[in-house]
Amino acid sequence: MRISSLVRGIAAAAMLAVSATAALADKIVVSNWDGYMPKDIAEKFKAATGIDLEVSVHATNEEIMGKVTASGGEGYDVLFVSSPFAEALNKMGLLAPVDPTKIPNLKNLYPEATQLKHDPGNAFSVPYTWGTTGLCYRSDVVKEAPDSWADLLTPAEDVKGKTTMLATDRWLMAPAFLLAGKSVNSTDQADLDAARDQLVATKKTLLAYDDTTFYSKLVSGEASLVEAWDGWCNYGIAEKPEIKYVIPKEGSDLWVDTMVITKAAKNPEGAAKFIDFIMSADNGKWMVENIMYKSPNKAAMEAIDPAMLTQYPNMAIAPADLLKFEQLRDLGDGMKAFSKTVSEIMAAK
Amino acid sequence: MTEADRKSYLLMAPGLLWLVCLMVVPCLLIFGLMFFERGTYGGIDWSIVTFENVARAFDPLYATILWDSLRIASLATIMALLIGYPAAYAISKAPEKAQTALLFLAILPFWTNYLIRTYAWIVLLNPAGLVNTALASVGLGPWPLLYNEFAVVLGLTYNYTPFVILAIFAALQRLDPSYAEASRDLGATAMTTFWRITLPLTAPGVAAGAVFVFVLSIGNFITPDLLGGGKLQMAGNLIYDQFLTARDWPFGATLSAILIGVMLVLLFIQALFSRRALGEQS
Repeated sequence: MRISSLVRGIAAAAMLAVSATAALADKIVVSNWDGYMPKDIAEKFKAATGIDLEVSVHATNEEIMGKVTASGGEGYDVLFVSSPFAEALNKMGLLAPVDPTKIPNLKNLYPEATQLKHDPGNAFSVPYTWGTTGLCYRSDVVKEAPDSWADLLTPAEDVKGKTTMLATDRWLMAPAFLLAGKSVNSTDQADLDAARDQLVATKKTLLAYDDTTFYSKLVSGEASLVEAWDGWCNYGIAEKPEIKYVIPKEGSDLWVDTMVITKAAKNPEGAAKFIDFIMSADNGKWMVENIMYKSPNKAAMEAIDPAMLTQYPNMAIAPADLLKFEQLRDLGDGMKAFSKTVSEIMAAK
Repeated sequence: MTEADRKSYLLMAPGLLWLVCLMVVPCLLIFGLMFFERGTYGGIDWSIVTFENVARAFDPLYATILWDSLRIASLATIMALLIGYPAAYAISKAPEKAQTALLFLAILPFWTNYLIRTYAWIVLLNPAGLVNTALASVGLGPWPLLYNEFAVVLGLTYNYTPFVILAIFAALQRLDPSYAEASRDLGATAMTTFWRITLPLTAPGVAAGAVFVFVLSIGNFITPDLLGGGKLQMAGNLIYDQFLTARDWPFGATLSAILIGVMLVLLFIQALFSRRALGEQS
């Protein structure tokens, strides 16, 4: 009697454990920037696949990198990160390979999007959005339309004190590198020093460093010319059609935000299904129309209202043209010298 | 150990446990991390023991940032004291019923999120903002009120003055009014009474308020980012960058340890102040 109740107890506990793992297997955890996916994505995904989706948010690449390096990726199945960070995570051995047989919607990608330098052939990352960094300006306020990074770094009298630059280290340095004809990934000390001297001089002419509200500064008239990601410039254009975007003649970087599956993923099957779901033409279309970023998803770009391409000309940049620009790459140990240079600029008066 | 002792230790246990787990241990970790090398992708390379981080913190570049932070935090502290002391004094002299309402008003801003309060200053101070629009209507300005050191000091002062008011009010409350009365009876002017009696006896409150403002200001990174337009680097921003952008935890830990050191010295001075004042009173 006692033994049989013990056995029953063990059996019940075992069943509980089994059902608990089953429940676990039917769930995935995704970390993304806030507002970078449809709000009802969890319900849609559950309806389509029966898998529960838990979305956690990170404010910056650095934040999710910190979390993932601390935990070895434990607790997340899919991450949204910019390409240099995907590259770093892969070098650390924290990412699972992408299995194309499990993500049939990879066929929706432009051929160019499978040849990105950080990950040719999409071995460990799937691109979600891509674009350029350039100048966003008030065409009704500036005397002369800008066409060079020099227009930002050594501004004309009429825009002096009315310009902003991005504060995130890599994009803070990129304009100086591009103007000098250097690689945006340079960690050569002479290049760093030259960029520093340029940017310290530029700092005196800036209204502010701004990563998040530069387009509203243009709308309000606080700023007339800002360094901007093309998608964010579109937020300004949406409110004020006089705002225009230009890629300077010296070029831009090509930035790519990607989706990756962690090696520690509890549910790699579900993770692949999620990426496949995001890569559908419908979800891609939502992203383009609501986030106003370009998508490497050809099916999605073909599904959007063509009027968007006229209203936001940077949406129409052809993938082949995007690939002419150099991608930001992971700097590895070069990051130390790079960061010191950024601190020098930030500390300068 | 007496029964009372045992009881008091028992009651202290949860608080002590909290302090040890969430304060002492993390601080020791920070001190430990200082002596290792950064891992390429963040984290720590435990195989290399080095004093390089400590030496690097005294590189003129970082020393300048620390010095600037000390200067800005000191300015904010002085401003907060100049505003907070008269306010606390006035509240302590108000009728008792009004005191509650006035103290309530002093802490009312804390009901709003810090970020929102800071953004409100951007709306007020920006070149196309309310203040400059008002100035323009009387033919003045525009003045550069935002994205500079002035705005940062203003933001810090604004945010932390309530702490000063509360600390000094508490000290004034504890002050026996008969000291001031005796001083006046013996012929001292109101000014002399304030400088010789009231201010020295409330010095512990002033010190407590000042340390609050200083410590919170020097580690702040949101205000320099938003009101300083990111053009001003304070120690808080530098530490934030080391941990999150540069992925250099050991150097971030070194800078944190220096800040903790500065704060410990200040708290020690404050403790000396209160002990001396208590000694004089008893």
